Amino acid sequence: MTKKYETPLLDELEKGPFPSFVTEMKKAAAKNPMAADELGLLEKSFRDKVTYWKHGGIVGVRGYGGGVIGRYSQLADQFPGVAHFHTVRVNQVAGLFYTSETIKFLCDLWDKYGSGLTNFHGSTGDIILLGTVTENLEPLATILSMNGFDLGGSGSAMRTPSCCVGPARCEWSMIDTLDITYDLTQEFQDELHRPQFPYKFKIKTVGCPVDCNASIARADLSIIGTWKGPIAIDQDKVKDYAKKGMNIQEEIVNMCPGKCITWDGNSLNINNADCLHCMHCITKLAGALKPTPPFGAVILIGAKAPFVIGATLSWVIVPFMEMKPPYQELKDLIRNMWDWWNEYGKNRERIGELIIRRGMREFLEVCGLEPTPEMVREPRNDPFWFWKEEDLEKKPWEEFLK
Amino acid sequence: MPYVIPEVVDVKQRKTDIGPPHYKNFLPPVIQKNYGDWKTHEILSPGLMVHIANSGDKIWTVRVASPRLLSTDTLREIAEIAEKYCDGYLRFTTRNNIEFLVSDESKVKPLMDELAAKKYMIGGIGSRVSNIVHTQGWIHCHSAAVDASALVKVIMDEFADYFTTKETPNKVRFAVACCTNMCGAVHCSDIAYVGIHRKLPRIEHENFKNLCELPTTMASCPTAAITPDPAKKSIKINADKCMYCGNCFSVCPALPIADPENDGVAIVVGGKVGNLRKPPMFSKLAVAYLPNNPPRWPEVVKATRKIFDAYVAGAKKHERVGEWIERIGWEKFFAVTGLPFTFQHIDDWTYAFKTFRTTTQMKWTK
Repeated sequence: MTKKYETPLLDELEKGPFPSFVTEMKKAAAKNPMAADELGLLEKSFRDKVTYWKHGGIVGVRGYGGGVIGRYSQLADQFPGVAHFHTVRVNQVAGLFYTSETIKFLCDLWDKYGSGLTNFHGSTGDIILLGTVTENLEPLATILSMNGFDLGGSGSAMRTPSCCVGPARCEWSMIDTLDITYDLTQEFQDELHRPQFPYKFKIKTVGCPVDCNASIARADLSIIGTWKGPIAIDQDKVKDYAKKGMNIQEEIVNMCPGKCITWDGNSLNINNADCLHCMHCITKLAGALKPTPPFGAVILIGAKAPFVIGATLSWVIVPFMEMKPPYQELKDLIRNMWDWWNEYGKNRERIGELIIRRGMREFLEVCGLEPTPEMVREPRNDPFWFWKEEDLEKKPWEEFLK
Repeated sequence: MPYVIPEVVDVKQRKTDIGPPHYKNFLPPVIQKNYGDWKTHEILSPGLMVHIANSGDKIWTVRVASPRLLSTDTLREIAEIAEKYCDGYLRFTTRNNIEFLVSDESKVKPLMDELAAKKYMIGGIGSRVSNIVHTQGWIHCHSAAVDASALVKVIMDEFADYFTTKETPNKVRFAVACCTNMCGAVHCSDIAYVGIHRKLPRIEHENFKNLCELPTTMASCPTAAITPDPAKKSIKINADKCMYCGNCFSVCPALPIADPENDGVAIVVGGKVGNLRKPPMFSKLAVAYLPNNPPRWPEVVKATRKIFDAYVAGAKKHERVGEWIERIGWEKFFAVTGLPFTFQHIDDWTYAFKTFRTTTQMKWTK
């Protein structure tokens, strides 16, 4: 029997139509003493309006520097079941696909070695197994490994790469997001499992500019599928949309940021040279419009949450990169930037912060990238810039004024 | 693949660095066959869509909400349902929804009937509210200024009909971060909540010298408010500079900042991550503070209702919250929502000047 706590505050969160996390905790608490104490502890937090978790401690499994987050309660005496309540990150399958067999295996494993509570999934994408004790970590990792699973990343490491559903079930995916994610994860196992960077490094791959995995906001390296060919138009299907009540002028033409679409009530015309590749018309006229090759990816760098310099969105460093296995160009680029970041980055400095501190020029030179207008929204509006000795010797005007 | 959990485990035999299993092993046959060769899709109802391949093959997806925090009991139930109707195939979305992948059309309706009978919340596809990305909160985090799962629950309860049936002008993406560390894309969501503190960290001088590193602690401060206190082998905090972000506590446990009476929730609005129409946008401050009032945070729900209803009433079709606000102007946003504009809304951090209005263009709201 597990300990039963009165939870009048949490009980209020079992009401209403949305599935209740409290009900989930109670289900686990009915058979697992750790989960029971977790429920009791949470009720106390709700009563006192404060968290009762301590900072993470250092725990892990042999050979790895991450994948497990140590977690201890401040109230171990009162709630001994959560004295140790570590998180295990399990590297998810690309695209978050499962078979029922796999789910059941993870459940059996977690009922045996943990609290029975999980997150499907953590913000980075891992399967989160929530709450276990230090002595269970080695057997857990061993059984995961026997069955083809491995731990995800934590700390100052490459974090578990993740992606959108991609070509598995989306007509708009212009790159193979699942394969890229799987390939990069396998390529960089050492960087994933053994923290060796100044800080975390996240990679997220999405198939098109709709960005269903928030790559541009949440990944240090954002890989976003795009296209260079014209948008193919099925005029009959466009007319079907109009017949069904869509106001093409209002909803498509007027909302195009490139102002490159016209509609005469009978046929839709796109001036592809002015297309910004935003995906609005393509998604709203699903089945009628589609992007055509060449397909590739925009590579962007630097997104992060607010600490320390403020939140950043990733910015363009490669406007278009072909994405064919084995993705060698991308891997070389990643290795180059990591070397530079390892050399110059301060403790807890994300790569984007380092680029802002030392300048895009240095970063681009390290990566072997030429400056292009696609990298900026607009050129600088101040009169202060650097010249290097080698710049002074060049006379580009002799070329561009010819 | 048959899975094994042996009674006795030889931990010395663990293979390392094998990475995750290959995704191909988890794809339904119809997806394997039509991988990368999809033609189009149709949203048949708020929780049902069908994807059609160039070959003519189809796959149906039924989407239900999950609270993300799942017990093994519920996971097993989900697995059983997938076995019954989907040959065992299912997936999750990045917003914590469960998607049942049905290859046989005749099984779609029975699946949806069983899900409805078992009280699963079906919906979330298309121009409506989807599930909420969120952080751990008081369930499992040391720096949470608010609980996360509870906010998700009360907001999703309030707007449940916009998940299951009703439409919004475009998608409305909610997000919850339980502190300003923001594990999740809160800074680019239509409507988002962030747990905040409002008072200085308390310096435990005795603990500081045993637990914390001076340079790391100083470097963690976005406003350089932390300076050494050599006499105490500890630090000082400049009260005029500290903006209570709690990043110092993240690197130094001797600087607790959690405060039951003064912690609470800020609401930020108008962010997005997609590139459709306008480039991605950050969320901006709408409500600087609402109190922590567990278990159901009624003030947060009411304030959200004001923003949400004003958006639904005022936005043009396909406009996200941020696009709507940009079109009507922020002065009008505060007028139509009835939210007060305060000192806290005017930026006073590093790039504050970029947000000041350097034009005479404005709308009169009074």
